[in-house]
Amino acid sequence: MSEDVYVVGIDMIKFGRFPERTVPEIAADAVHGALDDAGLTIQDVQALWSGNLGQASGMVGQRILHEVGQTGIPVANVANACATGATAFRDAWLSVKAGVYDLVMAVGSEQMGKGLLGGAGGGKGIPKEGLLGSGLMPAVFAEAGLEHTAKYGTSFEQFAQVSVKNHHHSTLNPKAMYQKETPLEMVMNAEMIAYPNTKLMCSVNVDGSAAAIIASEKKARELGLMGRAVRVKASALSSDPWQERDLVMPDVNTCTRTAAKSAYEMAGCGPEDIDLVELHDCFATAEILHYENLGLCGDGEAGKMIDEGTTALGGKIPVNVSGGLLSKGHPLGATGIANIYEISTHLRGEAGKRQVEGARLGMTHVIGLGSACAIHILEKV
Amino acid sequence: MSEEARPLPAVPYLKLPEDGDPYLEGQKCGSCGSIFLSERTTCSKCGARGGFEATRLADRGRLYVFSIVHRSFPGIEVPYISAIVDLDGGGTVKGNLIGVDPDPEKLQFGMPVEVVYKDALGRKDSEGNSYISYFFQPANG
Repeated sequence: MSEDVYVVGIDMIKFGRFPERTVPEIAADAVHGALDDAGLTIQDVQALWSGNLGQASGMVGQRILHEVGQTGIPVANVANACATGATAFRDAWLSVKAGVYDLVMAVGSEQMGKGLLGGAGGGKGIPKEGLLGSGLMPAVFAEAGLEHTAKYGTSFEQFAQVSVKNHHHSTLNPKAMYQKETPLEMVMNAEMIAYPNTKLMCSVNVDGSAAAIIASEKKARELGLMGRAVRVKASALSSDPWQERDLVMPDVNTCTRTAAKSAYEMAGCGPEDIDLVELHDCFATAEILHYENLGLCGDGEAGKMIDEGTTALGGKIPVNVSGGLLSKGHPLGATGIANIYEISTHLRGEAGKRQVEGARLGMTHVIGLGSACAIHILEKV
Repeated sequence: MSEEARPLPAVPYLKLPEDGDPYLEGQKCGSCGSIFLSERTTCSKCGARGGFEATRLADRGRLYVFSIVHRSFPGIEVPYISAIVDLDGGGTVKGNLIGVDPDPEKLQFGMPVEVVYKDALGRKDSEGNSYISYFFQPANG
């Protein structure tokens, strides 16, 4: 096995809505933040991977360098649905792991409008949404959640509790879009978007960016950056294997299980060793599924897990202490790296009021429909 | 005066024979038996090339899961029930479930449904053509 690879600088901007700014401008703030975090300059960076979905053909990575310094380094633009940021991070990690470079950067950025994503069927003829069911994301993830209900009896209230928890967590995170408590009645009585997902159970469309600097051990030591470095113990990426209902029902479970298995194997650990998780709560229903998909509990036990507060800050395995996509916000291309920022901040012991005490191992997980799942396991040095 | 044009199928896998009842058609892989909803050249389960056979799908099935959509794109009437139905004998399709209140208390996983064929909610294409679509409605067990 080649030598270990580390995150030596990382940052995200406070998520929000910045319609007056361009995507490269938004991304540049995170790039500067990550460089400052490591005490480096853009001249130290040997290659850049840029994740952005909305402008996937717009050479966002190069335009970011136009903002922060055109050093002529190799740039690749990455798009992989909601796994875009994590895929950019993984590609950057791979290049160091392979020994091609020893200090590179991954940046994720997105500028989003408000409103619904998705929609049933494209093609010729007439619009299909609301005629052949729904392809809107709140409904797609509602259906995935109700599959769990059909198997295990998971209730609307249990799904809603995920939102109560994550919104509570975000009150402790100044970089989250919202810092607002949402009691159970407020979540359940909010506007119903697609049963059982109410408006407060849907992730927030926001603008945002996050950037990470990745280095080899040799380089990190040479630069004196091992003190706050975070070891990348595992990086896994999967696509969706064939499933019987594929044509009408995206499968978010199997690809997560595939990636989780690879990640645990690579890290040489199991779910019981993980101290905190940032997982893909694009909708409250999804978080419940991923407790089981990531092995945080046994199949059919996720409802009990949320009931008992096991995944709340202070519980046995806190999940989405950043506030998650539900309250921190979900700028598609930035999310994967923002998750890595959150875990790194805890492993460095710098998460302030939301610090998971004694955190040594953390996991990040994202799912992009279509489908891509990316999982990273990070370790305190 | 020209004869009024026949309505078109909303999706290619809905067949409207001139001399028979409408039906949904699947494409069955000759190698592994997987059923797909549109014509294709390669099976995404087993990778076999060619050898697909058109097969008439059943008009009955069971509700696998659903969602009740209350907010949609502008101009689309809500609420509607988005239903995923496993058809008897194979094939899974998605569509609107009608003929039952859009209330989770009224819907049971596994409930029997039948496929019915109706005008596509008055939707027309840019040339003014009408369409026929398929819907699900509750059936007796």
